[in-house]
Amino acid sequence: MRLLGLMFAPGFFSNAPVHTALLVGGGAAVVSAVVGVFTVMRGQSFAGHALADVSSAGGAASYLLGLNPLVGFLGMAALAAGGMEWADVRDARERDLLTGVMLGAGLGLTALFLYFAAVTGSATGAAITVLFGSMFTIPASIVPVALAIAVAALAAIAAIYRPLLVSAVSEDLAQAQGTRVRLIGLVHGSALAFAVALSAMTVGAILSTALLIGPAAAGLRLADRPGRSLAIAVLTGLIATWGGILLAYDSYYWTPGRGWPVSFFIVVLVFLAYLLAGLLARVRLRGVRLAAAQPSGCGQH
Amino acid sequence: MTDAAALSVAGLGISFSGRQILKDVEFQVAPGEFCALIGPNGSGKTTLLKAIVGLVTPDSGRIAVDADGSGGTSVGYVPQKISLDAHIPLRARDVVMLGLDGARLGVPLPSRARDARVEEMLQAVGAGDFADRRIGHLSGGQQQRILVAHALVRRPRLLLLDEPLANLDVRSVAEIVALLRRLSLQYQTAILLSAHDMNPLLPVMDRIVYLANCCAVSGKADEVVRTEVLSRLYGYHVDVVRVHGRVVVIAAHEPEEIRAALARDPVHTAEIP
Repeated sequence: MRLLGLMFAPGFFSNAPVHTALLVGGGAAVVSAVVGVFTVMRGQSFAGHALADVSSAGGAASYLLGLNPLVGFLGMAALAAGGMEWADVRDARERDLLTGVMLGAGLGLTALFLYFAAVTGSATGAAITVLFGSMFTIPASIVPVALAIAVAALAAIAAIYRPLLVSAVSEDLAQAQGTRVRLIGLVHGSALAFAVALSAMTVGAILSTALLIGPAAAGLRLADRPGRSLAIAVLTGLIATWGGILLAYDSYYWTPGRGWPVSFFIVVLVFLAYLLAGLLARVRLRGVRLAAAQPSGCGQH
Repeated sequence: MTDAAALSVAGLGISFSGRQILKDVEFQVAPGEFCALIGPNGSGKTTLLKAIVGLVTPDSGRIAVDADGSGGTSVGYVPQKISLDAHIPLRARDVVMLGLDGARLGVPLPSRARDARVEEMLQAVGAGDFADRRIGHLSGGQQQRILVAHALVRRPRLLLLDEPLANLDVRSVAEIVALLRRLSLQYQTAILLSAHDMNPLLPVMDRIVYLANCCAVSGKADEVVRTEVLSRLYGYHVDVVRVHGRVVVIAAHEPEEIRAALARDPVHTAEIP
């Protein structure tokens, strides 16, 4: 009991902002982990980050206009995802260039909107909230919308689960099976926009990449089957997010009156999970190599 | 219904942005036949295979694939140079499974019948020992076996392979060729396999389709691979040389082309012997 008391500072379970943070943060973590696994497999990690940066312009605009920030984040992320799928650039380097230029343009808009917000004084602290998140100030009214977006993203990924896997191996293989690969790209892009908007709402637009890529990377390293990779990614994301919320809440008691930001703790936990996964994967690979080297001296490897 | 061929191509013409790739290509592959698609680099082998799978739309002509009656695709396809990324969390077994139901929507449910079919295919391509390893960690020859199993698991009447022997060591080439011959007999699957070197295929091929100069000739290897037939195809004199059971087609007119290019380049003109 005393240990639990040390872990969970008083009021953690009865605090309304904590409830909202746990719900919205948990949803964002699950969706980002699931979508992230496919984003990394498709080699679109950079595109994921660019969507987040562009979405910050929507978040900033919604502060200026007094809109629901989730709608702002989602609107811009969807616009950027749609634009990238529409441009349909196949060459990897050309796609990197397009992504980088788009990312810059998006952040430029964010800078403009946040400047307006600062000079008009319409939203104090908007910059920090949009870019780096502020989980304990998420309005409870967002919960139903956030959960609906989460369910939609997960349903979309579940629907195209197998075609997504085949096109990650090779788009030619998928197309030869009769899969319309551009449609698959579009659905994945929409799910990615949903995931990015949810994460931007919780850990901020800039840091949403951490929730998208970190848990996915851990899952991909540690398991050889897609189902298990997804499970590990989801667990990693949830532990990091809920652990981060707990540590941030507790930090109000270590540093009276101030406390440290949730986003900081989440990102640190994701980073530690990634390091741990790398270590475990190395140990596991050594085991596989030893086992493979045993039966025949010169096999065809 | 009179069309008994596993594949029949007639009057096929394909061009990309004004450049003619294939012109009036015509040939047939009989059920269960092992057919080699041979031609120099850039002769349109990949384009022809893609057109048969439906990845490229021809400008003219007709491609008929013998339907298997199940309503599914009756063509299996192994594309050229797939780089299987080590980041992809799929075991060899999973890739074969996706050959069966990879285009279906929704999350797969457990199925013993499906697992048995996948296991049988893995054994048939000799992949039993590495079925549970991650595809990105397999050797080139092992990956090729898995891609063949992926393409064959639905038992298509026709299997297309694009340069499956490129980048393999000599031993793997021999093993894959022998495996394909055995599979085509076992499953009565016609095979159309592209390669730039016909020699590894000479012992197994029933038919050759030779592509050059946008056109094709087809028939038995000793009818097609002859100086007068290939010279007519290329449009200039080529030599077919047989050395110790191996065939070399000397179609290069590089010396003339390089001299011509040098002559067009004024800086180097003086140095030409």
